[in-house]
Amino acid sequence: MYAQMIKSTGKGVKSLDEMEPEERAFQERINAGGKIEPKDWMPDGYRKTLIRQIGQHAHSEIVGQLPEGNWITRAPTLERKAILLAKVQDEAGHGLYLYCAAETLGVSRDQLTRDLLSGKMKYSSIFNYPTLTWADMGAVGWLVDGAAIMNQVPLQRTSYGPYARAMVRICKEESFHQRQGFDIMMKMANGTEAQRKMAQDALNRFWYPSLMMFGPSDKDSVHSAQSMAWKIKMNTNDELRQKFVDQTAPQAAYLGLTIPDEHLEWNEERGHYDFSEPDWDEFFDVLQGNGPCSVDRMEARNKAWDEGRWVREGLLAHAEKKRARKMAAE
Amino acid sequence: MSSPESGSYDATEAAPHGKPRATEWPLWEVFIRGQHGLSHRHVGSLHAADAESAIKNARDVYTRRNEGVSIWVVEAAAIAASSPEEKGPLYEPSNDKVYRHPTFFNIPDDVGAM
Ligand SMILES: [Fe+2]
Ligand SMILES: [Fe+2]
Ligand SMILES: [Fe+2]
Repeated sequence: MYAQMIKSTGKGVKSLDEMEPEERAFQERINAGGKIEPKDWMPDGYRKTLIRQIGQHAHSEIVGQLPEGNWITRAPTLERKAILLAKVQDEAGHGLYLYCAAETLGVSRDQLTRDLLSGKMKYSSIFNYPTLTWADMGAVGWLVDGAAIMNQVPLQRTSYGPYARAMVRICKEESFHQRQGFDIMMKMANGTEAQRKMAQDALNRFWYPSLMMFGPSDKDSVHSAQSMAWKIKMNTNDELRQKFVDQTAPQAAYLGLTIPDEHLEWNEERGHYDFSEPDWDEFFDVLQGNGPCSVDRMEARNKAWDEGRWVREGLLAHAEKKRARKMAAE
Repeated sequence: MSSPESGSYDATEAAPHGKPRATEWPLWEVFIRGQHGLSHRHVGSLHAADAESAIKNARDVYTRRNEGVSIWVVEAAAIAASSPEEKGPLYEPSNDKVYRHPTFFNIPDDVGAM
């Protein structure tokens, strides 16, 4: 998912009896399915964790535009180009909704941006992988957006009102993303031998990084319990990963492509697919900023910020001048 | 700028949210009226240098799929909002005025639809 390894408070989850009245009322409201709104009282840890989580999610939407933006000018047809452009524009919107939700917690957009650019805040590991061929546009829409949807659909019910509302908007747009990806995969998988190979290669490269999107295995996610009690995390990492594999395996079969996992097998008894874990050392390494494209991504974001500076300042100066002129005329 | 709903907070990893710097565009709240005659509805917010560009940005972000035919934008700082602490005194007075609801009145079935 787009927010991995979000630290919440180090202390264990408190029981209702251990809480002061304020916190108890807050937790009871969440337990009853109520929403927390920006001006409501909330524990410090809840606010901090949400800022990290929503901020990281927003950064992922923005950085996530880069691997796909890479192919806009080289899309095979004008129609594919228009579709990809629309998809990448949607992702900019997702980033915007999420930054706005984070801002209601009292942090500024510019500060969040600066924390991304300085490397203090993270974005999803998945966007540190390169997109080498056109088939990767198919694999990203199908698998990456598919994995994101798994996580984002339950987050529509998250306890923080602005976050939940942003998720509702985002989810409406995501199914277009996944379907356009699958549509590319269908074309490629049913195309020439070279196209089919390209599709298989894209699946080979994106399969395990997609599984990593859900974060480390439950036994290694130390911070889940508190986030789940606060309902800012709705399912465990392993739950969602299993759901994703169960959904995706038949789709790969439909495409006539092979998921690169010799242990992938339907388990009648569990009613789920068995599958191999991704290489978690690679995951932690990528998260540390050592992914194949980590340096590129940060350079691209920093460049955009630096080179956009004169536009931001210019438009503000222009607005100021217009306002002064209008005042003078009145 | 923060939303009209936000509180101040300065204990995150990010720096406290103070006065916007000269390079930070103000925040605008966006309201959109759909095709079917309902009132404008709050859909979200965005940053823009002035009202004109706020409307353009709102068009680009919030009406990508025929969501509406009219856009209002208002600077977030210009919105006054009720506070949650006042919830009781603000809304409770209406609780005991049950006669404001049509169901308060028993109209015999013989009268027909009303
Ligand atoms: Fe997205
Ligand atoms: Fe995405
Ligand atoms: Fe998407």
